[in-house]
Amino acid sequence: MLSLGLLILNGDKKVIFKSSWLPWVLIAPQAFIILVFFFWPAAQALIQSFQQSDVFGTNVEWNGLENFASLWRDDTYLASFKTTAIFSILVAGLGISLSLFLAFFADRITRGAWVYRTLLILPYAVAPVVAGVLWLFLFSPSVGLASYMLEKLGVQWNALLNSNHAMALIVIASVWKQISYNFLFFLAGFQSIPKSLIEAAAIDGASVWKRFWTIQLPLLTPTTFFLLVVNTVYAFFETFGIVDATTKGGPGKDTAILVYKVYFDGFKAMDLGGSAAQSVILMFIVISLTVIQFKYVERKVNY
Amino acid sequence: MVERNPWLTVFTHLMLCIGVIVVVFPIYLAVVGATHSSQEMAQSPIPVWFGSEGLTNFKTILMGEGPGVTTQLPVSRMMWVSLVTALCIAFGKITISLLSAFAIVYFQFPFRKTVFWGIFVTLMLPVEVRIVPTYKVIADFGMVNSFAGLTIPLIASATATFLFRQFFLTVPDELTEAAKMDGAKPMRFFWDVLLPLSKTSMAALFVIQFIYGWNQYLWPLLMSTEERMYPIVMGIRSMTAGADSQIQWNLVMSTAILALLPPALVVVLMQKWFIKGLVDTEK
Amino acid sequence: MASITLTHIQKTYGLGAKGNTVIHDFSAEIMDGEFVVIVGPSGCGKSTLLRMVAGLEEITQGEISIGNRVVNQVEPSERDIAMVFQNYALYPHMSVFDNMAYGLRIANKPLDEIKARVAKAADILELSHLLQRKPRELSGGQRQRVAMGRAIVRQPQVFLFDEPLSNLDAKLRAQTRLEIQKLHRELGITSLFVTHDQVEAMTLAQRMIVMNGGVMEQFGTPEEVYNRPASTFVASFIGSPPMNLLKHAPGLAEGQILGIRPEHLEIAEHGWAMKVDTVELLGAERLVHAQLGNEALTLRLDASLKAPKIGELFHAMPKAGCIHHFNAQTGKRL
Repeated sequence: MLSLGLLILNGDKKVIFKSSWLPWVLIAPQAFIILVFFFWPAAQALIQSFQQSDVFGTNVEWNGLENFASLWRDDTYLASFKTTAIFSILVAGLGISLSLFLAFFADRITRGAWVYRTLLILPYAVAPVVAGVLWLFLFSPSVGLASYMLEKLGVQWNALLNSNHAMALIVIASVWKQISYNFLFFLAGFQSIPKSLIEAAAIDGASVWKRFWTIQLPLLTPTTFFLLVVNTVYAFFETFGIVDATTKGGPGKDTAILVYKVYFDGFKAMDLGGSAAQSVILMFIVISLTVIQFKYVERKVNY
Repeated sequence: MVERNPWLTVFTHLMLCIGVIVVVFPIYLAVVGATHSSQEMAQSPIPVWFGSEGLTNFKTILMGEGPGVTTQLPVSRMMWVSLVTALCIAFGKITISLLSAFAIVYFQFPFRKTVFWGIFVTLMLPVEVRIVPTYKVIADFGMVNSFAGLTIPLIASATATFLFRQFFLTVPDELTEAAKMDGAKPMRFFWDVLLPLSKTSMAALFVIQFIYGWNQYLWPLLMSTEERMYPIVMGIRSMTAGADSQIQWNLVMSTAILALLPPALVVVLMQKWFIKGLVDTEK
Repeated sequence: MASITLTHIQKTYGLGAKGNTVIHDFSAEIMDGEFVVIVGPSGCGKSTLLRMVAGLEEITQGEISIGNRVVNQVEPSERDIAMVFQNYALYPHMSVFDNMAYGLRIANKPLDEIKARVAKAADILELSHLLQRKPRELSGGQRQRVAMGRAIVRQPQVFLFDEPLSNLDAKLRAQTRLEIQKLHRELGITSLFVTHDQVEAMTLAQRMIVMNGGVMEQFGTPEEVYNRPASTFVASFIGSPPMNLLKHAPGLAEGQILGIRPEHLEIAEHGWAMKVDTVELLGAERLVHAQLGNEALTLRLDASLKAPKIGELFHAMPKAGCIHHFNAQTGKRL
């Protein structure tokens, strides 16, 4: 999980201890777990993606890139790609803007800031699947308060039948859940801008709004970029619970984001080769996002 | 901030209040829902103030008896599963990461860089990306439906190692030298000096990992086929499995409250360390 | 207590052609119980030297002996030495008592002995009332004393000081200097003190080593170093304001540099002709910066004497026996 942001990749300690055996012993537990539960399965996923096996797993044939090719030809897979793209853009975009908005105001007050902060952190503690359930309740066609009010406004809400409603539901639930995280980072970002800069701008005659646009926002670019990547990864992976609790990929397959499809194909439809190929593609996407994050964000932060 | 306009302050507070209300509303509603009977929650519009059935509802789900319970298992068992999982993951991760970070930062050994990158790579691939083969490994070990199967694969990633590595890099070299001169061997230095200094990082990580472990959904979905090994987040999902009109919303909401209470308590009580750990590692 | 012997010490970072040698063929013998100061500008290698004696840096070539024992391969904690670090290196989470007791605890000394030793050291350094405080509750000077206390408690054969006064303000520095002197008088432990401040060197050293670019320029008592500097570097490094070094002066031979300290020039009726550039009044003294030919010169005159004005031409003569000659090319004393 990329939940812990930037890391210093360079930097070594000059003062060290000398031992030929101790470091190995210390690393052993983590190394063992990582080898057995990470690298080995990841390698297997890679191998499986080139294979085709039947439902019982007894007959395994080498398929080359056929699994990938058939994914390419598969309309539902491409649709899932599109769905995921739309979904993550909405989640990242809304999530970042709303929390930026809240953080901006939270930065301006001194008294009672901790009350707001405590309350705004709550969604972080809520599991994605529980968040899905809460919003499912709010938008329940029969008893949901939100659907009740929408009905009063003339909108017949039904996430089971209407794809746009379904998408809206998972987007709202996902954004809600992520607000805390984004808020905390933006707040820290605002607070790290030296007050003297703001004061100098004020003396130069800049209004609150102008100061926000010309000074605070540009200085928040590294934070924004970082959150963009994190939110995208979040939308790709951590929202599984939300989808499973609310739309389960439906109606039809209209909200089946990529990670959901991997699960469904691998465990419900038992298409191991196809699921493995999808996993590999997902791995590739995450790695690219991480590399981008390091190349650009690290550079930008280091001024 | 700079301006002393009282209207601006009022406006700011207003915006924040609106934001907070919107954010907290679903949780508030859940509390409301948990305090009504199933009949009261089946009519639209539902009540928006608290009812009086709270105690009954909680007793029902915790004991696993009473009207409308779809799972045979009481929620208390599921909470226990969640608790053990969360604590094992949190403590497990912190322990092995402390040791690894110590080795990587304070020693020179062949392939050190390789080990470092190897651990780093795991950061990039969350469990969701390798579910099928990891499941197979667990199944081969016979660890399905066990606490070991639920927790060990999730200790594999490197977030904690990096947090600690970053922190260790900020510990002044002179402290290590002074300890060396005092005659401290590496593990002595680790225990007497490094660990006490790492308390804040450990606290921050505990919050993050506890919540991570408690809220795990996809992995237990695959790992736990027997209901007795369901964590509470799975339990709540199965309660919403039916058609919309048949869902016992009052019980679902009670379960939801129980599902989010422990992580919420941990976050709120350990707020200071949590935020520090989360945000500081960006810099 | 023991002597320290350094024999042909060389320190090189990196290997082969890309290696960077920071200390060249350094040899010195420090007597048992002596307080020796290594002084030099930043980067001259003095800290590296100290750390090699401490065992915190590898010795590329040469031998270091403490007492009669060659310690090249001996761990720092086994060398029977104690070090006072520039940034104090106090364990932030431990109390003053625990900081001082840590080394003894690791050596498994009995609790009574630990308590006794810490109490004695705390007494000498006036820290007895601070034993339960944490480092962050102490002032800079107090932290420095705790760092020294930690060293004293070990009752080592040798004390090593790595620029311990650099982080103190001027007043505290002067105070702590006196305390260190007092400490040495009382305990008499062989001490090696590194600093870039020549005032500290002059006031604390029984003998001092002046270092430049990894090479020893001079090893002698403060008087020797001040009155008979071995090179132009030493001459200009020790003494404030620094010694005047002239390439051209009346009666100076070719290829030589003449050295004369500012306090050794007196205003005279006849003598060297110079023109006043600026005058600084320091209170008890006056510094007159003048031009002799096209070289600059500084004179230190008593403030009560009538001072020449800016732009004025006047004469000055060096005091007899206070002129130094150096080889212009090598800088060495003639």
